[in-house]
Amino acid sequence: MNNEKVLTIRDLSISFKTSSGMVNAIRGVKLDLYRGETLAIVGESGSGKSVTMKAAMGILSGNGEINSGSIDFTYYRDKEKVEVDILKLSKKEMRQRINGKRIAMIFQDPMTSLNPTMTIGAQIMEGMIWHYKTPKKEAYKRAVELLELVGITNAEKRMKNYPHQLSGGMRQRVVIAIALACDPDLLICDEPTTALDVTIQAKILELIKDIQKKLNISVIYITHDLGVVAKVADYVAVMYAGKIVEKGNVDEIFYDPRHPYTWGLLSAMPDIDTNDDKLYTIPGAPPNLLNKVEGDAFSPRNIYALNIDNRVEPPMFKITDTHYASTWLLHEKAPKIEMPKELRNRIDRMLKEATVNGK
Amino acid sequence: MSKELNYENIEFLENDFELVGKDNLAHESTLYANQSYWKDVLGRLKNNKGAIIGLICIILISFMAIVGVGLNGHSYDSQVIAHQNLAPRIPVIENIGIFDGSETMNTSQGAVEVNKYVSNDGSKTGLEDVYYWFGTDVLGRDIFTRTWIGTRISLYIALIAVVIDIIFGLSYGLISGYFGGAVDNIMQRFAEVLNGIPSLVIVTLLIIVMKPGLTTITFSLMITGWIGMNRIARAQMLKLKEQEFVLASRTLGAKSFFIIFKEILPNILGPIITNTMFSIPNAIFTEAFLAFIGLGVPAPMASLGSLISDAFKSFTTHPYMIVAPVLILAILMLSFNMLADGIRDAFDPKMKEM
Amino acid sequence: MENKQPLLEVTNLKQHFRVSKKFTVKAVNGVSFKIYPGETYGLVGESGSGKSTIGRSIIRLYDPTGGEIKFDGVDISGKLTDKDNKHLRTNMQMIFQDPMACLNPRKKVLDIIAQGLDIHHLYKNKEERNEKVYKILEKVGLSKEHANRYPHQFSGGQRQRIGIARALIMNPKLIISDEAISALDVSIQAQVVNLMKEIQKETNTALLFIAHDLSMVKYISNRIGVLHLGYLLETGTTEEIFSNPIHPYTKSLISAIPHPNPNVEKNRIAVSYDYETSGIDYSKGVNKHIDGTHYVLATDEELNRWI
Repeated sequence: MNNEKVLTIRDLSISFKTSSGMVNAIRGVKLDLYRGETLAIVGESGSGKSVTMKAAMGILSGNGEINSGSIDFTYYRDKEKVEVDILKLSKKEMRQRINGKRIAMIFQDPMTSLNPTMTIGAQIMEGMIWHYKTPKKEAYKRAVELLELVGITNAEKRMKNYPHQLSGGMRQRVVIAIALACDPDLLICDEPTTALDVTIQAKILELIKDIQKKLNISVIYITHDLGVVAKVADYVAVMYAGKIVEKGNVDEIFYDPRHPYTWGLLSAMPDIDTNDDKLYTIPGAPPNLLNKVEGDAFSPRNIYALNIDNRVEPPMFKITDTHYASTWLLHEKAPKIEMPKELRNRIDRMLKEATVNGK
Repeated sequence: MSKELNYENIEFLENDFELVGKDNLAHESTLYANQSYWKDVLGRLKNNKGAIIGLICIILISFMAIVGVGLNGHSYDSQVIAHQNLAPRIPVIENIGIFDGSETMNTSQGAVEVNKYVSNDGSKTGLEDVYYWFGTDVLGRDIFTRTWIGTRISLYIALIAVVIDIIFGLSYGLISGYFGGAVDNIMQRFAEVLNGIPSLVIVTLLIIVMKPGLTTITFSLMITGWIGMNRIARAQMLKLKEQEFVLASRTLGAKSFFIIFKEILPNILGPIITNTMFSIPNAIFTEAFLAFIGLGVPAPMASLGSLISDAFKSFTTHPYMIVAPVLILAILMLSFNMLADGIRDAFDPKMKEM
Repeated sequence: MENKQPLLEVTNLKQHFRVSKKFTVKAVNGVSFKIYPGETYGLVGESGSGKSTIGRSIIRLYDPTGGEIKFDGVDISGKLTDKDNKHLRTNMQMIFQDPMACLNPRKKVLDIIAQGLDIHHLYKNKEERNEKVYKILEKVGLSKEHANRYPHQFSGGQRQRIGIARALIMNPKLIISDEAISALDVSIQAQVVNLMKEIQKETNTALLFIAHDLSMVKYISNRIGVLHLGYLLETGTTEEIFSNPIHPYTKSLISAIPHPNPNVEKNRIAVSYDYETSGIDYSKGVNKHIDGTHYVLATDEELNRWI
């Protein structure tokens, strides 16, 4: 892993104007992404994971306002290193220089991501022709190559197909091909496998992983599915109510989580060996971000909340060089709280399994 | 807001690092959205200036239609031949020089200013104390009063026709859409056949069969007007028929008509109200059109269309006769259209917020 | 449990949809299974397997093309008399997948939940009706104040609870949960599943749990049925299926379950299964008994290949 940063997000704060008032959806996000690395942003609905990445693509909806922050993106243009603050670019510049060309995004629903009235071939070639003025013949060849890269058999025949003639899994592959058409430096995947069957899911994830290794691109996954995270991520950021509550590399998050919310998320999934009578759940529901948050946003649902959680928002505490968590439980004065017993047992079991299965 | 909290300077309280315990857990009672659906709609409507202006005009015109008839003492059907073809003359404003009863007439000797009320050469006309605010028509009837009676009749015809169209067209479309299959097929084919016959033909046939009059006109508007509402209701029904809350009703054992009218209908009020608002100006105009070509309400009753038709004959000599009814008709149509536009936008906001 | 009479007995259920003169969608092709009182039966399959269709055919939202459904001793697959209809509509209930669409946006929660009571006149006066609704709201973890609000004022998880309350207030013997948790967030899924388990314990209601998430199905079900392309390929207790899966499709499904364990997950390769090239013909298969309640749909020679 090169230590070269591709994306640097600092102090990102975004609000949305709604008929009921201003909703402060993102309240201070700090994130780094290195070249060739896979980052997974995990969170539930309302955590702000999609909004953060939409800001990075410049596709925030009309009523969104960037209150503060910067998203610095580094790429190479003709062997020359260029660094831009995406939030400062105009929409036109975004479209000409970044969207599809340097940063590509794939969305959740393959049915609606493809234009039903254009052939697959035309949709893949479109980006190349628009961004690089590639001559049609060359674009066609490259499109066929891409289709083969994403594992579609009979690529030449498929070029003339329309989206409705393909299955869901194949459509998602085509979407990936379109995303890769312009050789982007960064690929953002917003819940790419949620709408697919579980047997296809694994294949698509493996595909993206393969491509990433081959082309050395950085990938960001936005997901709520911890199984996906375990499979693909190098680095994980857990978001809640518009802030990152814990971040670390994938082993640290799964085997040594420190934030009560992360404990809750890990425990809420029944895994194949759970024998518990009851699933441990996080009580309550995510907060309404119309109201200003006093203290820790997670505190009302946190059975390990401290009094200070209701007064002051916790800072990011450092656990290791890569592992940070934003909870007062990590303060030196805080009582020593261990993760719930069921989770501890499960993690021990998983660690044993890992060594048995050869790592 | 991302304040960089200065963590060095935080004063820690005594009990900061104690567990709050189970009382801390908030009960799941925070609301996600406080606005009721109708308040939302009304709010958007109020912000639409065009719609509000339209609404105000409609209210003003309707008000005048009710009271305007009795305002100036003349009745709508009294024919005074001595008073025929008089220009508009309004009491106080005539001192300024306009609406003083004079009109410019084109004669073979060039344009001549004629004032039938107060003659230029001082001779007695007998009409010095007579005022006709919008003038009189060719039979000496007061145009002001007739205009408002005409508005009243036009509005009445349009409203009755639209109300009946809604009730019938709505039920027809809902039932046809809900039951689908053969029922839907037959009902829609019938509607299409009816739609294919030109309404003018139907109206003419009706007028031959029934006596020309208010009921006949209303009836003829009703016959073809319901098809539009039928289509809208059916389309909305097809959209909602397979929704899960309808399936839930079915699994609970609700009967079909209950589902149609109590479950689905409340959810489609938006498009229905919009369509209704658009049908009213259509009905007004259709009536006016029929009246213009002579198939309207019989004399001495007036409707905006028949007034325009009568005034049209004297258009080149006495243009003032046509101005009032045309103006009222135009404002009415425009206002209803603007209001309907505003209502449609209020029900269907394009901007989806969070 | 096997000595009791089954609460729901589905025999050879077929559901076909005529899309056009030449093309019929064969959603369900001869599915048979039994559900006993108080147990949870998990019906698992991917998209297009026919699992939702089976649920809807059982509760008579569709009219079955063939086969027989016996509920509580009564045959509900043919034309229903009024009495049978009432029996079906009060004793079998359904919870739906989409929390946004399963509640009528123009009705108050109070009226939504009481709908079943209203239709079948199960109360003497308004106070009794409201009392019943309040009690049910408490049971599903909501409160009295929520009764006068509208669905859009609630979150997804809360709406799903209202849907459960609507089904529960009828005191049904069988609840069909049609992917009821698939659209919810992970932590909310856990809440709702816990709630369903609790209610089951209290009321001994049977649950037909239709889902595509095998790990959730394993967690909540006593017995499982695996569906593919409208055929029930394998059925048995959870233990039987997971410790000894016979059918290659079942094996591939189990191997595809993601584990939240990075070290295992990164190296896991899912077993591949493609019906077209597998050489298996579902239509020729017969229910073969393996042991206990474990059955597999296979021909003799297919079975010999797999064991």
